[in-house]
Amino acid sequence: MAEVAYGVATSHTPSIGAAIDNNREEEPYWAPLFEGYEAGRKWMADAEPDVIILAYNDHASAFDLDLIPTFALGVADEFPIADEGYGPRPVPAVEGHSVLAWHLAENLILDGFDMTICNNMPVDHGLTVPLSIMYGKPDKWPAKVIPLAVNVIQYPPPTGKRCWDLGQAIRRIVHDFDEDLSVAVFGTGGMSHQLQGERAGWVNTPFDKAFLDKLVDDPLSLTRISHVELLSDAGSEGIELVMWLIMRGALGENVREVHRHYHVPASNTAAGLMILESEEHTAFL
Amino acid sequence: MAKTQRDYDGIPGTYVFDGERHRMGYRLNMMCMSLNEPENREEFQTDEAAYCDRHGITPEQKRAVLDRDWLEMLRLGGNIYYIYKIAIIDGVSFQHVGGVMSGMTESEFRQMMLDGGRHDG
Repeated sequence: MAEVAYGVATSHTPSIGAAIDNNREEEPYWAPLFEGYEAGRKWMADAEPDVIILAYNDHASAFDLDLIPTFALGVADEFPIADEGYGPRPVPAVEGHSVLAWHLAENLILDGFDMTICNNMPVDHGLTVPLSIMYGKPDKWPAKVIPLAVNVIQYPPPTGKRCWDLGQAIRRIVHDFDEDLSVAVFGTGGMSHQLQGERAGWVNTPFDKAFLDKLVDDPLSLTRISHVELLSDAGSEGIELVMWLIMRGALGENVREVHRHYHVPASNTAAGLMILESEEHTAFL
Repeated sequence: MAKTQRDYDGIPGTYVFDGERHRMGYRLNMMCMSLNEPENREEFQTDEAAYCDRHGITPEQKRAVLDRDWLEMLRLGGNIYYIYKIAIIDGVSFQHVGGVMSGMTESEFRQMMLDGGRHDG
């Protein structure tokens, strides 16, 4: 029986990936951020999930304006690294878990979540930077990864409530998979940031800290934040935080907080990391 | 036709990429998308104006691209992740672009972020 045991929420800022790729983690600018990742990497090495279901957003890499799926699930055995304009990041290709991915796709659709199913899906920094944050620079990613691309670039993204519900469905459906697998769900993006307009550089630390607190013990209140509140409080790109609710929904009601880290800035972004372990041993609902 | 009123119109300095902006900016953004291909990046660098013409963007959008007027690109339907592909070719950072859009130098912008980011607006 498979189980969603772990949840990781993290920013996926491209410059964090560049700092890792170029061995700049110890430079004064980056050190305070990476010091907070150390405990996360140690935990990850012990937790050793078999599969990561990784909620992220594509940034004009696999998808363009001709095709904008709200939720797209990668069902292939391998996902190449996208060229986002700089050439592909020098990281290993991502190995998928096609059998579990198809189990998820079929059952999510039957459960009312109209997933888009993808084979050819180059993955960009949204997916690879969280892996680098948690694993550093391995020759091969230690876990198989099922990419779950969420549209947050074209307004409107799915609501926080919808993301939460999707996470809960993922928990139930993983539980029904007939193979012993330990599964982690990642929710990525955020925290507060705005890349565009005269308001570029927006950061809202009180909002972010309250979001981290509530993610642990009052996540339902986060599902009630409207898009206009997210745009205003977390910034136009901070709306990515809806993806963190997929992770939290997938962990069940009770969680144990393992680690949290918050640092401003990672280039233009307030960077957050939160690691949770599920304390539910059966699927709830 | 006037832009439909939205609940987020009151957020200052913010260009939400909604359906109306998508319609205005489709060709501009798709031109930027083409820059994911290395050979297209070379072609763009060889003759930017001709590249813009081939992609059928409006004269105003072309002017904004050639002038690297990032705010104007946003006003004309550009999406930040798409137009940033031009910044990648220029070798400039999101902090440079953020500074240009908010009337600051890159080092002022970088310092603002080190000081905890923007809180006004």
